[in-house]
Amino acid sequence: MSEEIILDIKDLKTSFELDDFEVKAVDGVSFKLPKGKTIGIVGESGSGKSITALSILRLLEKPGRIKGGEINFKGEDLTKMSDKRIRDIRGNEISMIFQEPMTSLNPVYTVGQQIRETLKVHQGLGKESGTKKGVELLKLVGIPSPEQRINQYPHELSGGMRQRVMIAMALACNPDLLIADEPTTALDVTIQAQILELINDLQKDLGMSVLMITHDMGVVAETCDYVAVMYGGKVVEYQDVKSLFKNPKHPYTVGLLNSIPRHDIDVEELEPIKGNVPNASEMPKGCRFAPRCPFATDLCVEELPTLDEQSDGGEVRCWIYTDRWNGDPEVKVNAKERTT
Amino acid sequence: MFQFIVRRLIQLIPVLLGVTILVFSLMHLSPGNPAHIIAGENAPASTVEQIENRLGLNDPIITQYFRFVKDAALLDFGNSWRTSLPVSSELWPKFWVTFELSIYSTIFSIFLGLFAGIISAVRQYSFADISIMLVALFGLSMPNFWLGLMLMQWFSIQLGWLPPTGWGTPQQIILPVITLGTMGAAVIARMTRSSMLDVISQDYIRTARAKGLKEKVVIYRHALKNALIPVVTVVGLQFGSLLAGSVLTESVFAINGMGKLIVDRILARDFPVVQASVLIIAVVFVFVNLIVDISYKFLNKRIKLD
Repeated sequence: MSEEIILDIKDLKTSFELDDFEVKAVDGVSFKLPKGKTIGIVGESGSGKSITALSILRLLEKPGRIKGGEINFKGEDLTKMSDKRIRDIRGNEISMIFQEPMTSLNPVYTVGQQIRETLKVHQGLGKESGTKKGVELLKLVGIPSPEQRINQYPHELSGGMRQRVMIAMALACNPDLLIADEPTTALDVTIQAQILELINDLQKDLGMSVLMITHDMGVVAETCDYVAVMYGGKVVEYQDVKSLFKNPKHPYTVGLLNSIPRHDIDVEELEPIKGNVPNASEMPKGCRFAPRCPFATDLCVEELPTLDEQSDGGEVRCWIYTDRWNGDPEVKVNAKERTT
Repeated sequence: MFQFIVRRLIQLIPVLLGVTILVFSLMHLSPGNPAHIIAGENAPASTVEQIENRLGLNDPIITQYFRFVKDAALLDFGNSWRTSLPVSSELWPKFWVTFELSIYSTIFSIFLGLFAGIISAVRQYSFADISIMLVALFGLSMPNFWLGLMLMQWFSIQLGWLPPTGWGTPQQIILPVITLGTMGAAVIARMTRSSMLDVISQDYIRTARAKGLKEKVVIYRHALKNALIPVVTVVGLQFGSLLAGSVLTESVFAINGMGKLIVDRILARDFPVVQASVLIIAVVFVFVNLIVDISYKFLNKRIKLD
């Protein structure tokens, strides 16, 4: 890849350390995000995707801690920089929006006060210029009559409006990277589509890179250029979005794709992935997915496969694609035929 | 806002009438004829009758009640049965002493309590947190007259830094204020801690951090304002109980305040003074709570004041 890489995460390890044991929520995650592109981090609850996102801005709550690895952003390692430097980056070069628009805005300050705060910290804008910029931002994210809205309190706005305000706040300083942690999960379906479209449009207009955390394959299809599928604190598959949908490799990815409704083919019944995500404190020692994988062999249970590059450029962490595979040689891991 | 205050002031009228009924009944339900008390035990019947007529004690009770309310509204509480001086001239200087003591103690409680509570919450389970909570528990459980005596022992008698008794000079103020304010500070510290812990785990605090704000700004601007509502409630209640409960502190430090006056006059059955004191405390308490309610609105615009 000749493109400029804006975010390069190498072997990131984040743990929650309790008195007598350690929960490895993120266990050796690596991926790259080219400038101006969108990467989706996909996985079920508990796969470590949100913790990965929080690790980037070092917003982990105690007892969470980054234990190892690098998070290189424009050539600087975020995990090693001073608290002051990371504060300069937060909300300025990297912004984040969260899953819960209803509770992510401070209820006791107006929309304007909250937007102005960011502008003041990073750009030194005063009240007047901050308000002017605030109105522009609200207009940019499609909030009607922004001059009035800017003086309102969060409880006077709907969920979709609040998420737009969050986005306006995140965009205040023209960030290079926007981290969106399930930005549409808590919203109505129609509003979801609007918010995704908004993020897509803004990304194109402003040239931002986006890290989209989601469990929704539909969101991935709509917004992402690249996808990292996470399971049990590890990346199990990394592909560009077209290849992922056309030719998913990891049985878990296939499972995710088969468990969403399709309108292009007749599906009698959805196939959910059986079982649950393993608890991060009692991870299987082999492949994390082995207990739920229909193809699992003794090798899968005993030994953890590595994330290997494939001939088509993608990466997958699965024994099936290695020389050591000793199960059915004709095994065909595939999603139901797709027309798109 | 203005409407709300006016409405609340109107609502105060029935509350205050209720208080006057209670206070008035206090006198009339208590055994004994006031005229006898005023005249003395061996006074002739004619003197007693004269006093009864002068005080209007033979009028219908309703008439007496309305006279009492009318006079009270004009801050005229009659004359003391003991000293024959007008109640207001006896009461006001002492009321101000106790009022001052309560105000200073409340300010002391707020500053110490908030500061300790915030540190405790921000460094949950740290050595500082555990120490503060232990001291707060101590402050809560310790009777304040004992604390007063201990402070006097250390700072006045052994170290000789501060005068042991009296009220007026800044040096005289310090020990009584600590004595009276410690329990409030302990309550406020514990309330602030739990309220702050609740707020700090909210999503909007994470948002504030994600904006690149300094931790101090996150805590004091974003968290504290949200955490303050339960604390303000406690402060209001504390102030009322300080006003009415300062008697022990006043006794220990020989302060000539209203607490001491009330106890003295209850023992002496000087009902006009007792009535007036109770009425004034009730009025102040009701107004303090009105101020608390108004402050809610400033802290959180979402609260509807009706």
